[in-house]
Amino acid sequence: MKKISLQVNGKKIVKQIPEHTTLSVLLRDILNLTGTHIGCDTSQCGACVVRVEGKSIKSCTAFAVDLDGSKITTIEGLASKGQMHPMQEAFKKMHGLQCGFCTPGMVMSAIDLLKNKKNPSDQEIRDWLEGNICRCTGYQNIVAAVKEAASKM
Amino acid sequence: MASLVGSRVERKEDKKFLTGKGRYTADINIANQTYAVFIRSPYARAKIKKIDASKALKAPGVVDILTGEHIAQDKIGGLIAGWAIRSEDGSEMKCPPNPPLAKDNVNFVGDPVAVVFAETLDKAKTAAELVKVDYKVLKAVTSLADAMKSEVIHEGINKNLCYDWLLGDRQKVKEAFDKADRIIKLDIINNRLIPNAMEPRACVVDYNTASEEITCYTTSQNPHLSRLIMSAFGGVTPENKLRVIAPDVGGGFGSKINLYNEEIVCSWAAKKIEKPIKWVAERTESFLTDTHGRDHISHAELAVTNDGKFLGFKNETIANLGAYARVFGTVTPTYLFGPCATGVYVMPAAYSNVKAVYTNTAPVDAYRGAGRPEATYTIERIVDKAALELGMDPIDIRMKNFPTEFPYKQTLIHQVDSGDYVAGLEKAKQMADYDGFADRKKDSESRGKLRGIGVSTYFEACGIAPSAVVMSLGCGVGLWESSEVRFNPTGQVTIFTGAHSHGQGHDTTFAQIAADELGVPMENIDIVHGDTDKGTFGMGTYGSRSLVVGGIAIVNACKKIVAKGKRVAAKMLEVSEDEVEFKDGEFVVAKSNKKKTIEEIAFACYLPGSRDSDFKSPLPEGEEPGLKETSFFDPANFSFPAGSHIAEVEIDPDTGDVKLDKYTAVDDFGTIVNPTIVEGQVHGGLAQGIGQALTENAEYDANGQLITASYMDYAMPRADNFPEFQLGFTCTKATTNPLGVKGCGEAGSIAAPVTVMNAVINALDGREIQMPATAEKVWRACKENKKSETEAA
Repeated sequence: MKKISLQVNGKKIVKQIPEHTTLSVLLRDILNLTGTHIGCDTSQCGACVVRVEGKSIKSCTAFAVDLDGSKITTIEGLASKGQMHPMQEAFKKMHGLQCGFCTPGMVMSAIDLLKNKKNPSDQEIRDWLEGNICRCTGYQNIVAAVKEAASKM
Repeated sequence: MASLVGSRVERKEDKKFLTGKGRYTADINIANQTYAVFIRSPYARAKIKKIDASKALKAPGVVDILTGEHIAQDKIGGLIAGWAIRSEDGSEMKCPPNPPLAKDNVNFVGDPVAVVFAETLDKAKTAAELVKVDYKVLKAVTSLADAMKSEVIHEGINKNLCYDWLLGDRQKVKEAFDKADRIIKLDIINNRLIPNAMEPRACVVDYNTASEEITCYTTSQNPHLSRLIMSAFGGVTPENKLRVIAPDVGGGFGSKINLYNEEIVCSWAAKKIEKPIKWVAERTESFLTDTHGRDHISHAELAVTNDGKFLGFKNETIANLGAYARVFGTVTPTYLFGPCATGVYVMPAAYSNVKAVYTNTAPVDAYRGAGRPEATYTIERIVDKAALELGMDPIDIRMKNFPTEFPYKQTLIHQVDSGDYVAGLEKAKQMADYDGFADRKKDSESRGKLRGIGVSTYFEACGIAPSAVVMSLGCGVGLWESSEVRFNPTGQVTIFTGAHSHGQGHDTTFAQIAADELGVPMENIDIVHGDTDKGTFGMGTYGSRSLVVGGIAIVNACKKIVAKGKRVAAKMLEVSEDEVEFKDGEFVVAKSNKKKTIEEIAFACYLPGSRDSDFKSPLPEGEEPGLKETSFFDPANFSFPAGSHIAEVEIDPDTGDVKLDKYTAVDDFGTIVNPTIVEGQVHGGLAQGIGQALTENAEYDANGQLITASYMDYAMPRADNFPEFQLGFTCTKATTNPLGVKGCGEAGSIAAPVTVMNAVINALDGREIQMPATAEKVWRACKENKKSETEAA
């Protein structure tokens, strides 16, 4: 067991956890932030993407103890004062989600893209999201949502 | 009030999903829950000699370990085939027992043999390692082509043959073939796929020792049916003591139609160990044990005249059932396949013969499209081959064979109520700039690339399905749907449906149709689904049936509400019932200012009296209080969406890389309730269909090991695999339901594989390759083509 302290969605968290606890397990099972999903648990699907210190990572393959002291943002931390983040709004407006399972990871990755590039082309969006698998949407409306968000952010 | 049917309403369910507040089964935890880990066969075929759990039982935190012996002792039944199919000779199909935990034999890698329950997941996993299973390994049957000649897998099922089924008339086909100018022959493989819903299967089960009720939260497309099977066939507990809840479900695509081993085992065990149980599949378990899709080998022949008229069609298929026959396993390659195998065409004679065989692989069942993608692939490949051999344009040969008058009696079974195939293909041709292809091909060639164009036209039978018809064909249940529309006294509406949404957007679409029927604002209408304790029985969601069957049940229940509302309004307004008209949520009396809103009527129905009313009820005599109506809708026929798709690919002959450059889909779904949602359904179906054509393939080695059991090995399509799809629609309304809707969920995955393959094969100058058109296969084909060219020169 090891004590770690993190800032999750703006809140300070101090927990005693087993050393092998992954960030996704910490978020889901210990902090009850179940918006972060586990689709493969092996970094292959992207459903578990969260932001650590502003960068998107696959939380199923990061040990929580290695992130001691970090600032973490999950899907639950994007909306503020009841207002969804422009990327969330854009996914809703453009029908960028169906079953919703890959959505949190997709939204977090997409936000990271726009941090790196303000007005990405369709191809750049598709290339960036290559690590996030969606089985429902055929990606077309996800691409449209990212473009919509880019025009608002 | 403007109609909501036809409007691009944003989805009501999205906000919860976008803010991380969806509630999927794996998100549910119950105090003091134990964690289940299943011990699975590492062999494709073996006898279980002994299971020794003694050491594991002593491991820290272990609560219990159960095996097939315990299942047998408690007389817990197994998984079942939902459809009984008869062979051509009249004999019944042959199905092996499929116990939830194997006791004597295992028949595919992943077949569960035991389960460990422990206080934590880590402890359960550690203990599972200590369970010793002694197997006698037997030779696995993994080749579909050789399955009938291989060792018998299940005792008493000769040749591993479940059935040898025929639909159609062999003699008529022979006569048609005798008259033909030319017979086109085709050998194809419909590759095996893994549905891969992004949410892995899971269940969380609670047992209430006081009420003796079991509650099973699970990842299901049809919780009511799961409860029925678990109760009636599994014998876990009576239906009234079993509650099955499918909360938010992260995609299904057919793979979550079935009740699975784990749900029966955990429901039975929760009562046995008197503790809540949580089980969540790891992705590899999903690959190994979710039902797979497709997997056919077919030989088809088409008899044609020299000017391209079709005279007859025959099809011989071997279909893989995998190790066991499951709910839709036996019907998918028969009644969902055979009738559609003649395509949209006038086909004077046809038959389809299907031999379904068992192999030591995961069970094969319905996967998006279920039978219809295989049918469409067969006919649309052979039609293209006919065009090539006859020197005709692929569009011309199709146009020549379309039926033009509806209703149209299709060759095998279906009476197609409406359609306009000419209009669809014309529109697709325009949208895809078919005539500009020659220029684009030249441009590709100038860059050293090959370019191909592919066309397909399809129809499908969905809106599954008229009960009497399907039950006469062997279905074990009726396929109606139910709904209950309940007004609250204060005017909001709650609608219970037996359909289940796992991405389809029912909360929105169903609210749209009910808002139109009732004149109540959409935001005041809630849709409840997925809980056997809420609402009446229902048959769930698959086969593009939710709107076409479930939606109509909602419409019909709403109509009953309005009918009662009229009676009450007439009494309250002191007019006769036929003087009352209902419009936009108001009961009005013509040429007067007398009216009551539907909310006022609901209030009066629940509070039928008032302080000043002199004992007079607002309700007509004999009318019961309350405002709630139920409808069970059993459709009179299937529905028949149809469409024309056109794809263009560019191939790099040096690498074999296939780039899908353009994709145009024109579909006729009848009335469209929410165009945005429908487009999303088409996009998703296309992606899965294109995945089948270009990337996806489930592959077993000769020992029956699944060698594509992770996303590193199974090539799921990703965002960068697709161009922007161009969608168009035509509309001929269904005549068999009041909305005129036909269903849209499966169209993309039905049409896309063959459209893309026709384009690939066109680029390869007609050289046939099998799906998926991977770089290696395409590169080899390019090399062969080059060799033939050189030899010819």
